Amino acid sequence: MASSEEDGSAEDKENNKKKTKRPFVTAWLTIYNIAMTAGWMVLAVAMIRFYIQKGTHKGLYKSISRTLKFFQTFALLEIFHCAFGMVRTSVIVTGVQVCSRIFMVWFVTHSIKQIQNEESVVLFLVAWTVTEITRYSFYTFSLLNHLPYFIKWARYNLFIVLYPVGVAGELLTIYAALPYVRKSGMLSVRLPNKYNVSFDYYICLIIVMLSYIPLFPQLFFHMLRQRRKVLHGEVMVEKED
Amino acid sequence: MKHYEVEILCAKTKDKLCFLDKVDPNSTIGEIKAMFHKSHPQWYPARQSIRLDAKGKSLKDEDILQNLPVGTTATLYFRDLGAQISWVTVFLTEYGGPLLLYLMFYFRVPFIYNTKYDFTTSKHWVVHLACMCHSFHYVKRLLETLFVHRFSHGTMPLRNIFKNCTYYWGFSAWMAYYINHPLYTPPAYGEQQVQLALIIFLFCQIGNFSIHIALRNLRPPGSKARKIPYPTKNPFTWLFLLVSCPNYTYEVGSWVGFTLMTQCLPVAFFTLVGFIQMMIWAKGKHRSYLKEFRDYPRLRSPILPFML
Repeated sequence: MASSEEDGSAEDKENNKKKTKRPFVTAWLTIYNIAMTAGWMVLAVAMIRFYIQKGTHKGLYKSISRTLKFFQTFALLEIFHCAFGMVRTSVIVTGVQVCSRIFMVWFVTHSIKQIQNEESVVLFLVAWTVTEITRYSFYTFSLLNHLPYFIKWARYNLFIVLYPVGVAGELLTIYAALPYVRKSGMLSVRLPNKYNVSFDYYICLIIVMLSYIPLFPQLFFHMLRQRRKVLHGEVMVEKED
Repeated sequence: MKHYEVEILCAKTKDKLCFLDKVDPNSTIGEIKAMFHKSHPQWYPARQSIRLDAKGKSLKDEDILQNLPVGTTATLYFRDLGAQISWVTVFLTEYGGPLLLYLMFYFRVPFIYNTKYDFTTSKHWVVHLACMCHSFHYVKRLLETLFVHRFSHGTMPLRNIFKNCTYYWGFSAWMAYYINHPLYTPPAYGEQQVQLALIIFLFCQIGNFSIHIALRNLRPPGSKARKIPYPTKNPFTWLFLLVSCPNYTYEVGSWVGFTLMTQCLPVAFFTLVGFIQMMIWAKGKHRSYLKEFRDYPRLRSPILPFML
């Protein structure tokens, strides 16, 4: 699931605690989040300018691909933020989210050039861009202890639309890529070989698509629960494990 | 004799669930669980967690009521651990799967490989050896579950069986698919590699079994006593001098042997994942040994001598 969303409320408390104890961590995280907000805004502006100038989405991916790859790959740092306790989120959750984005960018749109001009690519790029700008500015303002309500509102409401849109874009893109993967046999290993292993990238992509079925609802409903907690202050009685 | 009164509250909601009066002060928590079960039949004792504090640690079944820091009216908290399944059931299921699945691939049961290979056998003798080793390993595990291991807890949460079976069954099917494949390539260094691998495998299987027997003998039947394990007359147990969990060390060794024998990347991957999991368990066990026993030997590492 590529639209990275995390447990905002626990983070807020933790960020407040940290601010008083760890100035360097807070400083670094603030710089990081400002930089990422700026990066995704640059991406948004570039996409809008391209569309206004060229009137078509063809060639749009190519024009922003380097910026996208840079900022999306840089997000790997977030895994380390969790691992070193700088951010109070599960390493695994962040890892899965960032890796699914990296997978999409490097193993689908970068590697399978023929699908770069598909409309579905623009679909998920727009969803990701709006999501990331909202998310990183939310973190930035939280760290600065000055969170405007509209950013909080955006973070906990826009996902209702952006999440399904992003997922649709990703799935349609992977689906479009399948025939090209099949034909080229890329990233695949066949038997016989010295290490007695085989890997079929085509089947791997199909499994990835199928994995959206269990994963997407879980992440979506998690965000809905967060939304109810944060925006409406509902006391949730948690399910006993 | 002064009787106690026991009230049991739900740890989450603090609702009064049960009130027991005229409780013998010498009653154990286990006996209280049985009484609680009578008034709430859906919560059998194995799924009850009884604590002194709503967020505290579970009390043991052997704990005696009057020895606990409670007044004559004791307030205990209950948490539902969820549906439970016995360890023995879990082990038998999770080990029985790999045993059978591997054999299905070995005998090339239809619908796995190309039809022309159905029920054929491999021409490589290492494939037959691998099948014997793999099967031996899981038969050994099944027999140990039935006759050797003494479990501290009777049960574990039900969802564990799905998780564990997916792991064991999934990996063994994946490995078996390649080892028994018609296009399997035998090890690069031939006979020598296979013989070395077999020696390592057998050595570690005997070692692992020796440790299981030593651990069993530490604990008399029916007891839940905890003691430091020490080397015995059996040389295979001398690894206790260097390592807290030599059973895991030997287990990793067995799978390293099997990887070498089959020269199969999925097997290497399974060995790596198993090693990581066992290392985590060994570190935990090592830490709890250190906490529980002040005279715990300092030379020992959790799983790899002097290293990890």
